[in-house]
Amino acid sequence: MAIVKMQKLGICALNRNRKAILETLQSMGIMEMRLQELGESCGLTEKDTQAARAKYEKRTACFEHALTILRQYSGGKRGGLFSEKEFLDRSDFDDAVRNRHHYNVEAADLLSAERKIQECGGIIQKDENLKESLAPWRRLDIPMSMTGTRKTAVLIGTLPGIRTAEDILAAASGNLTKPSAVSCEVLAAENEMTYTCVICLAGDEHTVEDSLRAAGFVRPSLPVTGIPADVIAGCEEEIRDQKQIIADLKTQIASYVKEKEHFRIMADYYRTRAEKYRLLGQIPLSRNAFFLEGWIPADQAPRVTKLLTEKYDAYVEAEGKQDDEIEPTLLANNRFAESAEGVLESYGLPQHGRVDPTAIMSVFYVFFFGMMLSDAGYGIVMTLVCGILLWKHRNLERGIRRFLKLFFFCGISTTFWGFMYGGFFGDVIDVVAHTWMGVPKDTAVLKPLWFAPLNNPMRLLIWCLFFGIIHLYTGLGIKGYEMLKDRDIVGFFSDIVSWYLLLTGLILMLLPTDLFHSISGMTLVFSEGVSAAARVCAAAGALIILLMSGRSRKNWAVRIALGAYDLYGVTGWLSDVLSYSRLLALGLATGVIANVINMMGSMFGSGPWKVIIFIVIFLLGHTLNIAINALGAYVHTNRLQYVEFFGKFYEAGGRPFAPFQTKSKYIQIKEEK
Amino acid sequence: MNMGMVFALMGAALATALPGIGSAWGVGIAGQAAAGVVSEDPDQFAKVLLLQLLPGTQGIYGLLVAFITLSNIGILGGDPVKDTATGMLYLFACLPIALVGLISAYHQGRTSVASIGLIAKKPDQFGKAMLFPAMVETYAILALLISILSVSGI
Repeated sequence: MAIVKMQKLGICALNRNRKAILETLQSMGIMEMRLQELGESCGLTEKDTQAARAKYEKRTACFEHALTILRQYSGGKRGGLFSEKEFLDRSDFDDAVRNRHHYNVEAADLLSAERKIQECGGIIQKDENLKESLAPWRRLDIPMSMTGTRKTAVLIGTLPGIRTAEDILAAASGNLTKPSAVSCEVLAAENEMTYTCVICLAGDEHTVEDSLRAAGFVRPSLPVTGIPADVIAGCEEEIRDQKQIIADLKTQIASYVKEKEHFRIMADYYRTRAEKYRLLGQIPLSRNAFFLEGWIPADQAPRVTKLLTEKYDAYVEAEGKQDDEIEPTLLANNRFAESAEGVLESYGLPQHGRVDPTAIMSVFYVFFFGMMLSDAGYGIVMTLVCGILLWKHRNLERGIRRFLKLFFFCGISTTFWGFMYGGFFGDVIDVVAHTWMGVPKDTAVLKPLWFAPLNNPMRLLIWCLFFGIIHLYTGLGIKGYEMLKDRDIVGFFSDIVSWYLLLTGLILMLLPTDLFHSISGMTLVFSEGVSAAARVCAAAGALIILLMSGRSRKNWAVRIALGAYDLYGVTGWLSDVLSYSRLLALGLATGVIANVINMMGSMFGSGPWKVIIFIVIFLLGHTLNIAINALGAYVHTNRLQYVEFFGKFYEAGGRPFAPFQTKSKYIQIKEEK
Repeated sequence: MNMGMVFALMGAALATALPGIGSAWGVGIAGQAAAGVVSEDPDQFAKVLLLQLLPGTQGIYGLLVAFITLSNIGILGGDPVKDTATGMLYLFACLPIALVGLISAYHQGRTSVASIGLIAKKPDQFGKAMLFPAMVETYAILALLISILSVSGI
């Protein structure tokens, strides 16, 4: 339940064992490499592995692309949030790796088939376009490029607007000086455009064309010379051919579906290999030996040392931490507390030498989340969903698994608080009992174990603030513990004990007052001794803060001024404590909205058919409510931890432990022991 | 006609309407930003959706207060309001969540937009990005609390 102690190891070994050592370390995945400071000064060089690395990254991308294509054509489902790694025997993996050239060829085939499909698609698109633009010319039974015979001229083109043959004839022959033979045919008239073919005597061509142009005549700009109907038929044939080719290619691609597993293995294999070459390119080398340095969890150090020394003749040395170095932070917690590590991580990891608050935080986290969502029905749904997901997917990625586990526990806590407050999908049990079972309206069926918040919100508010004070005191306590660990006794008394004295004294002074009585309805009477003690505590705490807060300053005036300013921090505490009123507000929100949903469902009366309406409204409404309120509870529980709790003691700044390991996305190899 | 009922109902109406407007506004602008991020990086969908939803809670708080009011003033339950003064009391009890809900939801929406931008640049900083809009919501929660306590105390 703390931060794992780290040990720095220096490794020096012969180059001929380099690959084997790196591969061993990579598959163990427990060492974070540090590479910057060695090298240059001692005349060591680094190997240039850029090209090899790029090659393997490209292969990975190639297999990934092949897998995407397979997913597209075979309709397999996408990984999604709950995709998990597959366990694989070492021997199967080795077999696959031995055949890797074969798979490379297959993947390349697959990719080229995909490329061809794209090309065919392009051709089909082009033909379709041509067909469409030729459609109005379909009735033309001479080639599009025809300009005339020996005696006649042919004018093929379009005129704007919808026209009849007579209109065009009039327009064409308008400027002819003497009557002459002109024939007009309208091929099609659509989309505000008339497609026409005009035939006149060769001698009249210029006059006719000029008068047509004046009417808006334009020759078509199609890249077609043949008879439109023939061209269209040609296009259709080509489209048929291309479609056939695509179908063949698709069958070919589908035949690779059985290789999906191998492609996955290969993608991971090359990814891991690229990672190895990345490290290899940064390792300082001499002619015969290489040097490595890195952090390893201290309890693993002897095992690794033994393995490398005995198996690979390496020289392994435990090194001390240098002043300017920060050890990477790795958390180790019990199975309950580790579920909240993600919450801590997204705020920032602790540094070495500080306290890992995960264990304490996880208890408060689950407790507060339950208070905010506080509905037994919702809690049971959450617990079941998370539980089933965890049970069905055992190899989920660690982050997602932790997250689900956290919500599993939060669900249990929500169920607990739901029964305490008497909420089970709001008041559904009562509503059903009153509407359908004929139970009289004024008897409650599901009674709260503690009390219903809506009936006495002030009482619950006081409890919420009380839980808040415990949370904040715990935070302050952790800070005090850290100070004691650093042997800062003066700091402990002047910054921690003083605040405990002051705040406890103030609270004890507040409790017997009329103000508290009017808020909570509780009357507390303390004996004279307790009241006096409270006053003394508060006064002593205030005095210590006033005198000691600014103890780093020599000047007494400044010191007192700083102390007074710190004393003003009481208002900060007040606002921190009031912040816990959200436990009440969000708890009420869930319960009341759930009641509204039940009421809407039962509004239509008690007939048997009304049950269906009720069920529909119940399902929709509660799904929405659970989603929105679980989000609210999550956000505000985080806030209480990050702002109120961490604000009292926590400083992030730790560097996450990033070991050199296999980079696999799909598979996990079962090592044979 | 009893003016007390009118004022009480006005309170409930304002408690639903104003925070509802604010939430619609806030969720709307956050949604535009979220859609922009998803168009570049679809993997961030879940995160930005959560951030988009954050300003939506004020509308629910308003509904909550309105519902408690309605079930106290004889519309969904309870006894009808008899005099104008009581009606005014309900109206004023509803005002904190009505006003704070409207304005805090809008500003929470704008903070969500900024946080969505943060997620677009640094997807691993979700915890912190979520915190900024959550800070704004505090004041809506405080207003909600006072409204609930007032309404149920009348």
